[in-house]
Amino acid sequence: MSQTITPPSAPPQALQDDEIRVKIRRFDRADAAALGACALSAFCLDWLVYERLTPLSGGLGFWICWYAAFLLMYGFVAREQRGPLAAKDRVASVVMASTGIVVVVALSFVLGYVVFRGYHALRTNFFTQTQEFTGPLSKATDGGGAHAIIGTIEEVGLATLICVPLGVLSAVFLNEVGGRMARPLRTLVDAMSAVPSILAGLFIYVALNLSLGLHFSGFLAALALSILMLPTVTRAAEVVLRLVPGGLREGALALGGTEWRVSRMVVLPTARIGLVTAVILGIARVVGETAPLIFTAFGNPKTNANPFSGAQQALPLMIWQLYKQPLAGPVQRAWTAAFVLVIIVLALFLIARVIGGRGPGHVGFVRRRLNDRRNRVQ
Amino acid sequence: MRALEVNALGFTWRSLFCHICRLESLGPVVATRMKGRNYVSSSVEDIREERLEIRVSRPPADRVYRAVARSAGAVTLVVMGLIFLFLLLRSWPALRDARWSFLTESKWNPDAHQFGIFALMILTFEIAIVALTIAVPVSIATALYITEYAPRAVRRPLTSLVDLLAAVPSIVFGLWGRAYLEPRMVNLSKWLARHLGFIPIFKVTTNTFAGSTFIAGVVVSLMVIPICTAVIREVFSQAPPGEKEGALALGGTRWGMIRAVVLPFGRGGIIGGSMLGLGRALGETIAVALIISPITDKTIHIIQGGGNSIAALIANRFFESSPFAQRALMAAGLALFVVTLLVNAGASAIVSRSRSGAATEI
Amino acid sequence: MTTITGNWDDGAQVIDLTRSPASMRAHNVSAWFGNHKVLERVSLDISAHQVTALIGPSGCGKSTFLRILNRMHELVPSASLAGTVLLDGEDIYRGPKPVTDIRRQIGMVFQKPNPFPAMSIADNVLSGLRLSGTRLHGRSAHAVVQQSLERAGLWNEVRRRLSEPGGALSGGQQQRLCIARALAVEPRVLLMDEPCSALDPTSTGVIEETMAHIAHDVTIVIVTHNMQQAQRVSQQCAFFLATHDTPGYIVESGPTEQMFSEPEDPRTRDYVHGRFG
Repeated sequence: MSQTITPPSAPPQALQDDEIRVKIRRFDRADAAALGACALSAFCLDWLVYERLTPLSGGLGFWICWYAAFLLMYGFVAREQRGPLAAKDRVASVVMASTGIVVVVALSFVLGYVVFRGYHALRTNFFTQTQEFTGPLSKATDGGGAHAIIGTIEEVGLATLICVPLGVLSAVFLNEVGGRMARPLRTLVDAMSAVPSILAGLFIYVALNLSLGLHFSGFLAALALSILMLPTVTRAAEVVLRLVPGGLREGALALGGTEWRVSRMVVLPTARIGLVTAVILGIARVVGETAPLIFTAFGNPKTNANPFSGAQQALPLMIWQLYKQPLAGPVQRAWTAAFVLVIIVLALFLIARVIGGRGPGHVGFVRRRLNDRRNRVQ
Repeated sequence: MRALEVNALGFTWRSLFCHICRLESLGPVVATRMKGRNYVSSSVEDIREERLEIRVSRPPADRVYRAVARSAGAVTLVVMGLIFLFLLLRSWPALRDARWSFLTESKWNPDAHQFGIFALMILTFEIAIVALTIAVPVSIATALYITEYAPRAVRRPLTSLVDLLAAVPSIVFGLWGRAYLEPRMVNLSKWLARHLGFIPIFKVTTNTFAGSTFIAGVVVSLMVIPICTAVIREVFSQAPPGEKEGALALGGTRWGMIRAVVLPFGRGGIIGGSMLGLGRALGETIAVALIISPITDKTIHIIQGGGNSIAALIANRFFESSPFAQRALMAAGLALFVVTLLVNAGASAIVSRSRSGAATEI
Repeated sequence: MTTITGNWDDGAQVIDLTRSPASMRAHNVSAWFGNHKVLERVSLDISAHQVTALIGPSGCGKSTFLRILNRMHELVPSASLAGTVLLDGEDIYRGPKPVTDIRRQIGMVFQKPNPFPAMSIADNVLSGLRLSGTRLHGRSAHAVVQQSLERAGLWNEVRRRLSEPGGALSGGQQQRLCIARALAVEPRVLLMDEPCSALDPTSTGVIEETMAHIAHDVTIVIVTHNMQQAQRVSQQCAFFLATHDTPGYIVESGPTEQMFSEPEDPRTRDYVHGRFG
């Protein structure tokens, strides 16, 4: 017998309301109770053993011992409740979750601490004055970092000017042109991204100052930063180009386009937003670099707006030089500058996220207007 | 009709077509993908198939385009070569002076012509090892937390946050390590020395705990964790969902599934991320220079004050040194350069051979 | 029926995995992805020792229903369901048994073969046992490997290369390896989600033979697009249908022969005769 089952044709929509969805809980009240009880009893045990019975002391050690006792206890309880396999799973979950949360909190705390130490001595004069007339004994709020901000902008800007064409073209080579050299070059770009930052500075110093006689300047700093920025931009841009679907390229080639036109008109425009993100990430990577600047920009308490001649200051370098003076005033100014630096990095990163979050192929406002105009002309 | 033609790429197919049709020189354009595919007929060896040789003659524009892209790629090669060459040339007098003892000598006293990188290299590696001992397990756990455990809604924000923290300048970590962490770590160091002093590395011979390899290593580990986590997370997130479902459908727990599928798949990423972290830790300058109390003798007592790294030594000493000592420091820099390159090459080789190699960005 | 004895990897407990095929009953099962409803009050009896085929056009909720049967549905973010699913009378969603036990009793074979590529063929077969905490060694492990591969009809092809990686096999062999892997934990029900749709006709034939063999010791539920396959392998059949604005539901279910020869519903007749879908 074949049975026809309701609903016969169109199921009535009104019925939906009375259905009770199954609630699936991985973590129920008993688990929460076990977790809490274990945490508490581990604390008590730890306190008893640690503080009373053995001659141990010290805050951090106490918490490490507590965590170990807690995990052990929770493992035993879960084993009693649900068997050894589930116990392992539970303990693993607790370890992963606690580690993940502690890491994120600890690292955010680093940023928070810099903000906490830096923000209260930040006055508007930080953006207008320099350290020219400020000595080690001046007040913490005296002087400013205008010269360092100018220097950072010029140095990083020049480095960006150097790296954007080079990095994007290198990525185009790796991904579009290819050939025998692509694989070794990719390895080499990886290797370059591992060059210690101080060696980038030392190399520029050795090659241009000692060998060619060029003196400290913002331009040398920009060159040193380029060495660090180039592999970042290249790799990030390469990843973006790889995301452009191959069918698009072949479609354009099949229409009879030359490789150059296919790159310029299909691949690069499609990847445009990703490329911008790649560049911003590259900037964020080098804007806080200190070590290469020691050998190239050298530092300067006065404003030097000309990046091609004379020593120049930069924010990270200023922090480094101020912090090395063991006095309250300069150290506080270093914290203030570090706060500003952190804000700059955060801002760059947020911009990259906002732009990059729109995904490939997104057409921005300006671009849309340009396209409209072109279409109207045609 | 118009609306249909405009696709998401921001140009119209028709305009693309028009542009290409208007091209003056349409030389034969052949995709060169055919190369390297050979069909071997093993049974009948006598019959030699004649393969079509595809000659590509490119239009001039394409030749220029290829040449430009190629020379941009060559810049990387040239720069890397120049770094090696210049450091070698400049440090040559010092290297010639020290000869092979440069690799074996433990003292760093260039002005007395007695110097070598043996002790410095060991001190450098000590910091890196402390950093990685903490960073690698923590990064793996954090990456697993983000990809497998965290509630779905917070995964993207957490990923962004980790990427952001990877961009925090090292000087910021240095400042924080010096001002906040060091005074607190000193207590832990004392605790370790008192209770675990019987283990050689926790033994102390002096009573100073500030500026130790241990503290510098912990700060460097905090800098390395976001970088490692970012790489490892990326690879974990690409673990094949089909295999993950397969493991769960067999009755595996989440941890069982991770051990059977995610960790084996992500091995390349774990190694790649760790090696990347190692490279960073070996070359870290500013954070180490801010924290460490510089010494140049080798020691294994990592929790007592005093340690060093080649990068920090260069940053701290360079401008105070005599010309000959500067050359010696350049030689040390050269050694650091070679070591970081070796570490990185090793990482690339291991990663490219692993299954998740294609997905690993280092 | 075999008895597998082994050790928990952390104790000397001996477990008995002897199991008999189970029947399943789904009652008023509905399913959602977010707010989008994909199944509307589906009820179906799945009898033990038989092969039940779920047929219907794409997107009608067959696979979703199948995944609900062993609690794989809940792995999809934002997925939810209502109704009850009974395994031999025991509610698998509200019962006290942990989800891992449920999935172990109700095995699954996926559309795309998914052997663990890092493991050898033998390890792949044993992986289910290992995942559920049974670690076998030496002779007993070999016995399980051989028996499972024999049941999946793969033994003769791979007996000499058990330690090669599972990913090196052909697509059809990989799928049979997945069947062997699922059989090694002695499930009481085996769910197959279009197991042959990615395979060539020869491999399909071998897998259908395999199904006929194992149908004696395990209840099989198979989702298929292929009418002939449903006719060949199944004794019971359920026809799912969804129109573009209504969620999927079962139009008709019953013995396969009857469904194909004299269906009651005109839509079933149209579908099994290939007139739509």
